[in-house]
Amino acid sequence: MSIAQELAGPVFRRGPSALFWPRTLITGWFFQLKMQAQSGFMVLTALVQPLIFASIAMTDQQAGNRTLPLLYFALGAGIMGIWSTVVFGCGGVISWQRHQGMLEPLVMAPSPFVLVLLGVTLGTATVGLYSMGATLLWGWLVFGAHMHFAAPLLFVAAVVVTVVSLGLLGLVLGSSFVLYRNSNAISNMLEYPVWLITGLLVPLSLLPGWTHPLAYLLAPTWGVQALRAAAIGGDSAKPLMWCAVVSVAYLLLGVWLVRVVERRARQHATLNFQ
Amino acid sequence: MTVVPAGTEAPSRVTDRTSIRYTPLPLSSSHPAASALAVEVHGLRRTYRTTTGTLRRRRLEVEAVRGIDLQIARGQLFGLLGPNGAGKTTTIRVLCTLLLPTAGTVRVLGLDVVSEAKSVRRQIGYVFGGDRGLYDRLSAYDNLRYFAELYALEPSLLRRRIGQVLEVVGLTGREKERVEGFSRGMRQRLHLARGLLHDPPVLFFDEPTIGVDPVGAREVRQLISELARAGKTILLTTHYMFEADSLCDRIAVISKGAIVAEGSPSQLKAAASDRTVVEVKAYGISDAVVESIRSLAGVQSVAMEVSDQAQLLVVQVSDADQLTGRLMQLLEGVRVDRIATREPTLEDAYVALVTAA
Repeated sequence: MSIAQELAGPVFRRGPSALFWPRTLITGWFFQLKMQAQSGFMVLTALVQPLIFASIAMTDQQAGNRTLPLLYFALGAGIMGIWSTVVFGCGGVISWQRHQGMLEPLVMAPSPFVLVLLGVTLGTATVGLYSMGATLLWGWLVFGAHMHFAAPLLFVAAVVVTVVSLGLLGLVLGSSFVLYRNSNAISNMLEYPVWLITGLLVPLSLLPGWTHPLAYLLAPTWGVQALRAAAIGGDSAKPLMWCAVVSVAYLLLGVWLVRVVERRARQHATLNFQ
Repeated sequence: MTVVPAGTEAPSRVTDRTSIRYTPLPLSSSHPAASALAVEVHGLRRTYRTTTGTLRRRRLEVEAVRGIDLQIARGQLFGLLGPNGAGKTTTIRVLCTLLLPTAGTVRVLGLDVVSEAKSVRRQIGYVFGGDRGLYDRLSAYDNLRYFAELYALEPSLLRRRIGQVLEVVGLTGREKERVEGFSRGMRQRLHLARGLLHDPPVLFFDEPTIGVDPVGAREVRQLISELARAGKTILLTTHYMFEADSLCDRIAVISKGAIVAEGSPSQLKAAASDRTVVEVKAYGISDAVVESIRSLAGVQSVAMEVSDQAQLLVVQVSDADQLTGRLMQLLEGVRVDRIATREPTLEDAYVALVTAA
């Protein structure tokens, strides 16, 4: 029997393309996660730095006999790790894909390029969960942090919303990274300032007032507040809602940016290294 | 520009079959039936802007393609030949919607590559040569699975379709292996499989046999030949003249961003039929001697290939009888191993066209 005879039905899926988007997104997310979870660089980025910062903060806390629970710092360091993974992952993965000659086949596929990129950035943010797991485990095993969660379900919801939100912020960053060949330099610049101004290790109230508006625009600010409130106690619904609001804004901005950037990349021939 | 009118003779394609086979898949329901031409290019220009200098930055404009006109009929296997930097890959990238043209109109199956890019993408497959363009950490199957999803293939057909394209390119049994362990030839086969996944009616092959071993390259050529026989429209770029000669119905020669000749392989060869090729295998031919030969009246072109220590001097002359004696005089003191005259091949015609451009 020939191949033509063996096949029954159309080649392409039928129906409105919007129905296929979740499937395309989930498949993209799965394969990006599969690839990045095997990358030594990504795993080290997600593990080593957060553990160092978590250790410094928890040691300082214990030595100073201060009042904040150790879980507070473990969670902050965990989000720091997710942010590092996103910022390096989005810059690194996209320039790596360009080096590998993958950007052209991806852009050439008929699926919306924004879905392809979103799969990459959500996959990257999910790999960052290594950090969260590692810092919590480290705090519990080495520093004896109490792993009591005030609202476990809200904590899980906060983790999901924070990861998705960071993935969407990665989409905004990643879309501009497609255009610039030296994207790694940009990602190096973005890591530390965001750690500082979003209150991941230093409480937001200790930072100068002019940094607050900027902090409120960044998902890690709301993500870490929601996680800490759900774990230690407090109002986690409000930061969770704001995290969702900035996520929608990132999504809209990302979709627009990806369209602009894809067109500019086709204009300026920045999809490959030749 | 030399434009040779379209010929009627049948192309001499490779016909024997080994491990790679191709049977046509049904075309998609969205396949546009409108245009009789698969590819139409009118006045295509593409300029790259770049900068130079450290302190004083200067803007540069490089005109990669300078007003190309091209028409490829449905089902035709069309070759685009030219030296490095001639504009072949730029042309293909514009056709594949990866680059926007600076000027001109480009249509694939009647669809505009700028305003209807998404529709064009469903109808084309792009197979490029080289190691890049695959996810090394994923298996061959996962690479295809990911792209099958991006091409919105019917889910119920997906697994079977991947199995079929793997079988077509001879990778059945290796699909679970990670691509990082694949040889160059296997990677090339996987590129082919990906290009065939959605059964596109128009295929672009950009140097598909580059770096592939002779047996693998032969199999790739057989597959291209079978795809053409199955009715696919194919645009092929290659540096291997015998490949273009054996596969293509028509060929365009591109040089410095412009098409300098177009026709069937035999028509292009005929364009160089007014000359004879003298080949001299020798040792120790100096650059000065080459220049002296080049300046002889009646010499059309001179090229020299070096293989190990031997040199192969290829001289295209208008009158071999008259010039062979002069040639031998100039080669006095050089150890000549062999001298022979022959009819011009497609490669000689290509060299003549590109040299004259």
